[in-house]
This record gives sequence, C-alpha cells and structure tokens, in this order.
Amino acid sequence: MSDPKSESEAFARARRGRNIAIALGLVAFVIIVFLVTVLRLGANVANRPL
Amino acid sequence: MRRPRLEGRIARLPPMTRSTAEVRERTPALWSDYVQLLKPRVMSLVVFTAFTGLVCANTPIHPFLAAIAVLCIAVGAGASGALNMWYDADIDAQMRRTRGRPVPAGKIQGADALALGITLSLFSVMLMGMALNWLAAGLLAFTIVFYAVVYTMWLKRSTAQNIVIGGLAGALPPAIGWAAASGTAPANAWLLVLIIFLWTPPHFWALSLYTSEDYAKAGVPMMPVVKGAASTRRQIFGYSLALIPVCLAPAFTGLGGPIYLAVAAIGGVFFLLLAWRVLRSHAGEARGERNDDGLYDVKAGSKDARNLFAFSILYLTLLFAALLAEHAMGMSPLELLPPLELLR
Repeated sequence: MSDPKSESEAFARARRGRNIAIALGLVAFVIIVFLVTVLRLGANVANRPL
Repeated sequence: MRRPRLEGRIARLPPMTRSTAEVRERTPALWSDYVQLLKPRVMSLVVFTAFTGLVCANTPIHPFLAAIAVLCIAVGAGASGALNMWYDADIDAQMRRTRGRPVPAGKIQGADALALGITLSLFSVMLMGMALNWLAAGLLAFTIVFYAVVYTMWLKRSTAQNIVIGGLAGALPPAIGWAAASGTAPANAWLLVLIIFLWTPPHFWALSLYTSEDYAKAGVPMMPVVKGAASTRRQIFGYSLALIPVCLAPAFTGLGGPIYLAVAAIGGVFFLLLAWRVLRSHAGEARGERNDDGLYDVKAGSKDARNLFAFSILYLTLLFAALLAEHAMGMSPLELLPPLELLR
C-alpha cells in the first residue's frame, strides 16, 4: 500500500503540471490570434483603395 | 452508426484493464500523458506531408501564417488521435502494441480524452479558417470527422477494407497544406493525396501480417484475419503495382523534377521487389505469440513483411522529401506531359 500523503502530493504535482500546460496553451493561443489579426488586418489596410 | 453496448465492451476487457479504476486512483495523469493522446509519431508524418503540400503550392505566404497552417493540421491530427483513443480503448487494451496507451492503461479517463479531442478539433479548424482560408479549414474538418467517425467508429470494426477507405484521412494533409497556401486544391494536390492513399494498404497490411493475432484477439477485422495471409499478400502486391505508376506521375504533371523522378523510380523498383518477396513468402502464416512488444519482432517467415513495412515508410518519406527539396531550391519540374491548367 502506498502512503496516502505522498500519493496526494503526487496528485497535486500532476495537477499543477497540467494546469501550467493549459495556461501556456491558452497564452500561446491568445498571442497567435493577436499576431494573425495584425498580419491579416495589416495586409488589408495596406491594400485598401485610396 | 451503432456503438457496441457498454456492458459487452467491459466484459471483453482483459483482467489488466478490469482494474483500471484501481490504477486510476493510484496514478495521477501527467500533462505528458495528454500529449501521448495526440499520437505524436503519427502527427510528425502528417506535419511533414502537409508541409510538403504547402511548399509545392508555390504560392507566396507569410512564414508565420505557414507555421500556423502546419500547427492547425498537427493539432487537428492530434485531436482525431485523441478521439480515436477514446473510442477504441476497449480494442487498444487487448493489443500489445496499444495497451500502454493512456486510456486503456487507466492514466486518463475516456471522457477527458473525448473532451480534449473535441476541443482541439474546434480550435484547429476555427484558427485555420480565420488565419488561412475556409477551404483548408473545411478539408481539415472533413479529415478529422472522417478519421474519428467514419474510420474509427464505423469502418474499423465492420470491414476488412477499413484501412483502405479510412486511409483517406491520413492521405489528405498534403491537400490541406496546399489549400492553406493557395486557397485552391488543384489536381496535383490530389495526386499527392492519391500517392498516400495507395501507399496505405501495402504499408498497413505488411504490418498486420505479423501482428494479425493481436487484431484477431481484439476482434478487429483486419485483412489477414478476415481473408487470410495469402489473400493479403496478393492484395499487397496488387496495391504496390498500382502505387508505383502513381508515384512516377508527378514527374509528368509539372510537380516533380529529376531528383523526384530518380527517387520514385529507383525506390519504386525496390518497393515492387519487396512486395514480390512478400507475395512469394509465407508471411502471416506462422502461429504463436511474438516474443515481445516490438513492432520489428517478427515470427519466422514474416521477415519479408517486416522489410516491406520498414521500406514503405522510407519510400514515402524520400518521395516527399525530394519534392520538398526541389521546390525549396526552386528547381524546375520536368513536365514530361504538356502543361494542363487544372493541375496547377
């Protein structure tokens, strides 16, 4: 039988790792959407009829 | 579409997975287990072929948007892998090659794999549509649905032609990459799709010739299980005969250059030779368990199938690498046929 205390610590560590991975994924997604918007918007602004 | 009843699915699980709940209580899911759900090795081949399609389109595209296109295709492929692992956990638990996957091993709950698969599918398709174009997004969505629903939920358990038809999902990435770059999917893009589509049966059946006992045990109607080894070897040779001319075709349609033609021709001869040796062998007929879990651990008589399986991966990689190199270097294609507008 494993020690319940060390087991709960292992779970907490694993949960923290997952949370950090999700946070990094969301931050990356926000940055990607921002850069894509700038690129696409920028190209359309440059090509607009004057 | 009817999913087999849950009771039946649980009853068929081997003892190892009946204690899944117990394992789940003891083993916390790490973020790396979720990465495993995305089938990173399959993803790498998808990324490579999609990137080749994107480069072959010969359309100027911002490098960042090109990277986003490849990322979306990779994440979409990963999402379909997660959906596949959610649905196939009962089959995976019974096969040596797959029983260590996160869901059958009890590290991740099936519902979590399903949620991850759906979330990533939606994100990848939406981002592809917004950042590139909706043709590429539509093709990506079709690929995910085709793999997760048509192949995984329907074909895989119901017909020996499962990997032939289902192979379309694995074949589509070059067309998605091409569409992402140019907004169109001309005949040359579909020629790349056809190459992978015809490559899939000899590749997978060569593997299944020496892993067919696993598939039989899991009740998956792979060709060697349903039609027998001799029929499978004949069909491998037949598909190989069809594959090689198609692999040579890009040199005639303004897509491949001299390097490509040399790789396709020389590799094609080797491919046919190995397929011929499989045809003449007794691959898939030996009985008994394999010694360990390795893909390359084969029973006597199946070495020819193993050789074809290994070479098929090398051949496809070299074909696409040759195209990629030629287009990256700006090398002119051969155009052994008069140029046709629909090919571009």
